[in-house]
Amino acid sequence: MSAGVLPYTVEPHPVTGLYSGKLGTWLFLASEVMLFGGLFSAYILLRVGAPEGTWPTHEEAHLSWKIGGFNTLLLIISSVTMVMAWANLKMNNFPKARMYLIVTVILASLFLTLKISLEYYPHWHDGLKPSTNVFFGLYYTLTALHGLHIFGGIVVMLYFIGPGAGLWKTNPEYYTNRIECTGLYWHFVDLVWIFLFPILYLMN
Amino acid sequence: MSDHDHSHDQGFLRKYVFSIDHKVIGVQYAVTALVFLFFGFCLMMMMRWQLAYPGQSMPVLGELLPSLFGKEWAETNMGGGVMSPDLYNSLGAMHGTIMIFLGVVPLIVGGFGNYVMPLQIGAPDMSFPKLNMMSYWVYFMGGMIMLASFFAPGGAANSGWTSYAPLSVTATQGQTWWLVGMIFLITSSLLGSVNFIVTIFHLRAKGMTMFRMPFFVWAQLVTAFLLLLAFPPLEAAGALQLMDRVAGTSFFMPQGLVVSGVVQEYAGGGSPLLWQHLFWFLAHPEVYVLILPAFGIITEIIAANTRKPIWGYRTMVYSVVFLGFTSFIVWAHHMFITGMGTSISAFFATTTMIISIPSVILLTCLLITLYRGSIRFNTAMLFALSFLPMFAIGGLTGLPLGLPASDIALHDTYYIIGHFHYVVAPGTIFAAFAGVYFWFPKVTGRMMSETLGKLHWITSLIAINVVFMPMFFQGLAGISRRLYDQRLYSWGDAMQGWTVVSSWGAWALGLAQIFFILNFFLSIKFGRKASANPWDATTLEWSAPSPPPHGNFAKVPTVHREPYEYSVPGMSKDYFPQNVSEA
Amino acid sequence: MAGSDADISKHVKMYLGVFAALFLCTILTVAVSTVHLGHTNNVIVALVIASFKASLVALIFMHLKWESSKIIWITLGLCAIAFSILMIVPMLTANGFPASTVFSTWG
Repeated sequence: MSAGVLPYTVEPHPVTGLYSGKLGTWLFLASEVMLFGGLFSAYILLRVGAPEGTWPTHEEAHLSWKIGGFNTLLLIISSVTMVMAWANLKMNNFPKARMYLIVTVILASLFLTLKISLEYYPHWHDGLKPSTNVFFGLYYTLTALHGLHIFGGIVVMLYFIGPGAGLWKTNPEYYTNRIECTGLYWHFVDLVWIFLFPILYLMN
Repeated sequence: MSDHDHSHDQGFLRKYVFSIDHKVIGVQYAVTALVFLFFGFCLMMMMRWQLAYPGQSMPVLGELLPSLFGKEWAETNMGGGVMSPDLYNSLGAMHGTIMIFLGVVPLIVGGFGNYVMPLQIGAPDMSFPKLNMMSYWVYFMGGMIMLASFFAPGGAANSGWTSYAPLSVTATQGQTWWLVGMIFLITSSLLGSVNFIVTIFHLRAKGMTMFRMPFFVWAQLVTAFLLLLAFPPLEAAGALQLMDRVAGTSFFMPQGLVVSGVVQEYAGGGSPLLWQHLFWFLAHPEVYVLILPAFGIITEIIAANTRKPIWGYRTMVYSVVFLGFTSFIVWAHHMFITGMGTSISAFFATTTMIISIPSVILLTCLLITLYRGSIRFNTAMLFALSFLPMFAIGGLTGLPLGLPASDIALHDTYYIIGHFHYVVAPGTIFAAFAGVYFWFPKVTGRMMSETLGKLHWITSLIAINVVFMPMFFQGLAGISRRLYDQRLYSWGDAMQGWTVVSSWGAWALGLAQIFFILNFFLSIKFGRKASANPWDATTLEWSAPSPPPHGNFAKVPTVHREPYEYSVPGMSKDYFPQNVSEA
Repeated sequence: MAGSDADISKHVKMYLGVFAALFLCTILTVAVSTVHLGHTNNVIVALVIASFKASLVALIFMHLKWESSKIIWITLGLCAIAFSILMIVPMLTANGFPASTVFSTWG
């Protein structure tokens, strides 16, 4: 059965006011909140429970706010370009929307590249590994999970730039909806980073 | 439906293996889960031999398993046909994991939920059919990983189904497989729960308001929310434990931990308590994931077979919503003996007492529904009826465990095993059996045999009580649930007789399932042909043909009334289906 | 959120405004972290700024400001409650957390 047969894949449901994909995306995001919540909870419990003087200081953590801050900017800009892609689809301007999607993918890839080349790699080289202490364990786990989410977002966006773009011709509204859902996910990934940045880079 | 022609030109793979039809996926879930249930039960039957006759060679399996797994395996795990303590621990951990995550939940949520829920709300399918297929296959892969872990060096996970750190972090390789398998299973549940919620909100037939939904659908809705919000923290915890094991982090490892006289090479600074929090944050709502759909199944069966509307339908709905909500703030009653502080314990004891209230309301409503009904004692109903007292025993024996003072004495004894098995085995699994007998005609178009069914019921009911009742006595005598040979202690030795009784009960219970297996397969082939509505029931699934075609309903149904309009005065028939407009 | 072209172009301006706000807040949060307000205060200020930024993203970029669907708000509400419980309760049981002193005043 193709998805088109089921009601409310494109048009909003009269009671909830949402099409199914959007409701599904929000529910999925709620579970994502709890997923990162589990890790944040671990961070809080371990940090509060850490004996005096065992949590690394800012100098010991070796995390530069410059790289972190720059990456924050990249993600914020990518959120803007993402929402602009959707807005342009709403205004029936597909080429421009596609351009914005491509920019979003570039920004996201840049984020990952910087993360790996300027942080993970030199840190690992200097012997700052997940096993070094609890802080680095949390740092690697949280950022790696976040990085996986970025990677997933890139894959989805590439799909909608490339093979998935044909949907715009056959069912533009459906395509716009899917970009909106991708956007919701992408903004969520940005939102997680907004918390990760101060927690990991500034709070030691 | 407009795509009716689709069902003919699909190949075998698309139709039966990678199907996106919710009914096929439901059957896939149910059958896989039943196989896993039986497998998990077999593990337990092996353990019962060791418990009843420690040090004696296992009959049949004592020779069969070594010849299957090779000499090397036999020497470490099955010397002289006697299972080693490590193997015993593995079997225990995997029994729990398989029964809960691969058996019961996939059966009652994935199986019954997938098959029955869309039919009951008059939907053509689930909202996201492809996602539905994916969640089954992710579950299947999780199951395969769990099975494969038996062949890992050192055997399968052996730190209990709760995988408490630091024991689990320093355990053999099987634990890593367990964690990967769990991540698959959790992902599958998450995909499923999103699908369930969207389907229930978006694909209800015209006229099917929230308060016209059968109680089963309500139970599935609350369950889906529990899975959605409670499961991810365990996924996070699983990832953390995986990091501990693979990357050498120390999230759960305290400073200077010594295991078997060896100081562990961990940086330290972790907290074993953290694992328990994250685990039980899921695992207590999980208890309600196990029990709420069971209540849903029982409610459908009791309504149809007492020929009366459910007493207090709305009360039940409010109770189930309240239960779901409260289940998020009771988890630390599993952790009273961790020394987390008396104030916190007092808080969790209070919430635990509060959460027992809606459970009692649910049970009471069902009990009152029976009053002055014209009850039909078919197999489904017999299982449903025995659910009520069995669940009550399970529930009431939980109260002493919810209070710190008594819990400290009873924690980790056989008492707790008896308690939660009464909830899940003669509780949820009996409900699942009832569901199989009840909906089998809808799925296959044939009735199951009543004779074999009743034999299955009476033998199972007796055997299951023989298994679990002695555990309360043993637990009160202070016998730990994890002992490989309880005769090592004088008080354990004194209670060894009960262990033997319990073991024979377990094997009898295993034999009793032969009736079910025979009935299941013979009825598919030779069962009496079933009409669309063999039980004269009112809910929408019975207005579709048996078995329902692809797309479910020939004509999209419109709903005119509440779900359980039985014995309406002045009617020619004693049931008034939801989709019939006038008598 | 359905909207006409005019609505959308009005939104586009708002998106740029939000971007400016997020940009400034990022600078602010770095700046504040260099000022010593005492450890706890620094943490609180950083979290307040982060929450403000997060709500901007959620309200404007994720369109929650215009969201009238009850089910989304119910889901988010439940999620917020579950999230808070998950944050607070384990912390209360952490080693060295003065739980006993906090709660002994209750009776």
